[in-house]
Amino acid sequence: MTAFLEMANVSKVFSAGIIRRQHTVAVDDVTMTIDEQSPSILAVAGESGSGKTTLARLLLGVIPPSSGEVIYRGQPVDDLSREQRRTYLREIQPIFQDPFESYNPFYKVDHVLTVPAQKFQLAATKQETTRLIHEALDMVGLQPAETLGRFPHQLSGGQRQRVMVARAMLLRPRLIVADEPVSMVDASLRATILESIRRMKQELGISVVYITHDLTTAYQIADNILVMYKGSVVEAGSVEQVIRDPKHPYTQLLVSSIPQPDPSLPWGAEGEIAGDPESMEVAATGCKFVDRCPAAFEPCAGQRPLLFHEHLSRAAACFQYDKSPALEGQNLDVVFEPQLTSQAAGGSEGPAAN
Amino acid sequence: MKAVDGVSFDLRPGERLGLVGESGSGKSTMALALMRLHKPPARIAGGKVLLDGVGDVMKLDDDGLRRIRLDRLALVPQGAMNSLNPVMRIRDQLADGIRTHKPGDSRDDLAERIQAQLARVGLDAEVGGKFPHELSGGMKQRVAIAIGTSLSPSVIIADEPTSALDVVVQRQVMETLRSVQEELGAAVLIVGHDMGLMAQIADRMGVMYAGKLVELAPVHDLFTNPQHPYTRLLIESVPTLMAKRALASIPGAPPTLINVPPGCPFHPRCPSAFEPCDSEVPLPTAQNGRVVSCHLYPGEAA
Ligand SMILES: Nc1ncnc2c1ncn2[C@@H]1O[C@H](COP(=O)(O)OP(=O)(O)OP(=O)(O)O)[C@@H](O)[C@H]1O
Ligand SMILES: Nc1ncnc2c1ncn2[C@@H]1O[C@H](COP(=O)(O)OP(=O)(O)O)[C@@H](O)[C@H]1O
Ligand code: SF4
Ligand code: SF4
Ligand SMILES: [Mg+2]
Ligand SMILES: [Mg+2]
Repeated sequence: MTAFLEMANVSKVFSAGIIRRQHTVAVDDVTMTIDEQSPSILAVAGESGSGKTTLARLLLGVIPPSSGEVIYRGQPVDDLSREQRRTYLREIQPIFQDPFESYNPFYKVDHVLTVPAQKFQLAATKQETTRLIHEALDMVGLQPAETLGRFPHQLSGGQRQRVMVARAMLLRPRLIVADEPVSMVDASLRATILESIRRMKQELGISVVYITHDLTTAYQIADNILVMYKGSVVEAGSVEQVIRDPKHPYTQLLVSSIPQPDPSLPWGAEGEIAGDPESMEVAATGCKFVDRCPAAFEPCAGQRPLLFHEHLSRAAACFQYDKSPALEGQNLDVVFEPQLTSQAAGGSEGPAAN
Repeated sequence: MKAVDGVSFDLRPGERLGLVGESGSGKSTMALALMRLHKPPARIAGGKVLLDGVGDVMKLDDDGLRRIRLDRLALVPQGAMNSLNPVMRIRDQLADGIRTHKPGDSRDDLAERIQAQLARVGLDAEVGGKFPHELSGGMKQRVAIAIGTSLSPSVIIADEPTSALDVVVQRQVMETLRSVQEELGAAVLIVGHDMGLMAQIADRMGVMYAGKLVELAPVHDLFTNPQHPYTRLLIESVPTLMAKRALASIPGAPPTLINVPPGCPFHPRCPSAFEPCDSEVPLPTAQNGRVVSCHLYPGEAA
């Protein structure tokens, strides 16, 4: 049985600047599998510039890796035949960070729904297409009569985003890669959209890569999480482990930075070292977080920490945990739930599937 | 249809006023209306925006408007980071805004001002030489904020200034906004939907529903003792890390602005609705420094 989608030691390096050439390692050696038998929601978290969108674009085949391979149903994405590529493009659907970018301002919003419906021949008749579109809009809480026939600028940010979620669902993909799908909507709507994403997993068996910087919603809907810092995975595992009990100092910073809806609670952590979180300048050796880490000690500046298998369902790339064994091949699969090895259909579900 | 209807509030110098509401509730429309930047077919059917030393913004001619924008009233629009010009270097985009308002500045002054402005939002000087596509989302949004505040305005309207940013950067950007504001004594109107963020940053908070301001209160009062039923549900719908539960959303769909229900616009979804709610529009009433529009609180008319 071949896996649905794999990343094997995938890295992406961007080069910029003509005179002083700069290299940005946007994604640094990621290995993991997205399986079809046991659909799950994987959150990818990290600050802006940490490489989340680049990871999404690699999964979607929008950009090729600089090294390593993205493998779709056993075949590297670069080597897919035309027919295979077409299936790949339908089976993995994106929902982007800014819905506005996905619209052509001169077409009514109907366009983003009817075009893929025709392109992938979802329905035999026009009526059937319309029915599918209405169904998809209903699922995201939009009223077709008040959505269709409008131009993108006539919808609010949240409305535009829900049309994109509807579009993704319309194509019944196997995997949805949602890049910050709810960063533009309010709490109540966010709940509606995230619930519909969760339903996609539970009712339609669609896996989801949910890219976010919002650890609260990641905790609520995801089974597993991967935390990125400057292109590297710093912590990964089940959300219960990683979010409720973060071990990597960077994850700890993220969790403490969540603004609590209570004006009497403080915002931010004690002993945090300021730094430019978005500068991609990284020392050639040593832990990438060393200049901001309150826990840094001797080995940190000299060597890059491997992902240590600190707990059954968690790995952390930090020398504080180097007593634990390093993850074999730095492959994240072993820390994610449900375990890919227990592929019995309807077998053990992850903790989030309550 | 009315996207924003009869909203009144005052913005005090040095204050941070947060404005929240469901998506489509008219927050951006109001932010744009304040700047008179709304696009046709939208129009302002009535009302005044009074700005200290300028008078009614609604009555200014185009020239007068151009002068106060950026200079007095600055807007950082929703999704600003995506409206940067893709083929222009960041420094030139910053220069554009400054040059139209300070045509007399020398090149050196301009360069210095740009550098200072980038530093103000926590960006390296070298970012000035880059194009938008070379920056991450967070960096672009900081550039947008730098452009918005480049002329030291006295009122800054920020529409979802950090909703696409991660929590760490969000906090830094908010702290930057706060320090810029304190430096200038400017008032900030922050439009958003993140209740956690608002709790941490705002002094006072307004809640909008269906184009109307339904509650306005000091932030602490609003969170500890929300009065309007919609505010209460909004606060309850905020997910936390405490317990894993079904994400709570407010039952029912927000009204579309074409079809606002009669009486209190919230009545079809309101758990406390009673007789007058489906026929009489609740008027804003004032009590203890807060304003509520709900029949449950028949106080003095505000
Ligand atoms: N140019 C326009 N033409 C017609 N309708 C519009 C136009 N601009 C906005 N609207 C409508 O006005 C309402 C309010 O939109 P607005 O953008 O102010 O909402 P918002 O509260 O900022 O929402 P969000 O949180 O999603 O940004 C929405 O129903 C929207 O569809
Ligand atoms: N097309 C590109 N060219 C050059 N650098 C890029 C490009 N896309 C992304 N980057 C850089 O890669 C890093 C990661 O960016 P991105 O994946 O967008 O992060 P995130 O989505 O986590 O905010 C950033 O430093 C960004 O500037
Ligand atoms: S390896 Fe060292 S510097 Fe890096 S996160 Fe761990 S303690 Fe901090
Ligand atoms: S006026 Fe009535 S329906 Fe409206 S919020 Fe108050 S109690 Fe609910
Ligand atoms: Mg991104
Ligand atoms: Mg808006």
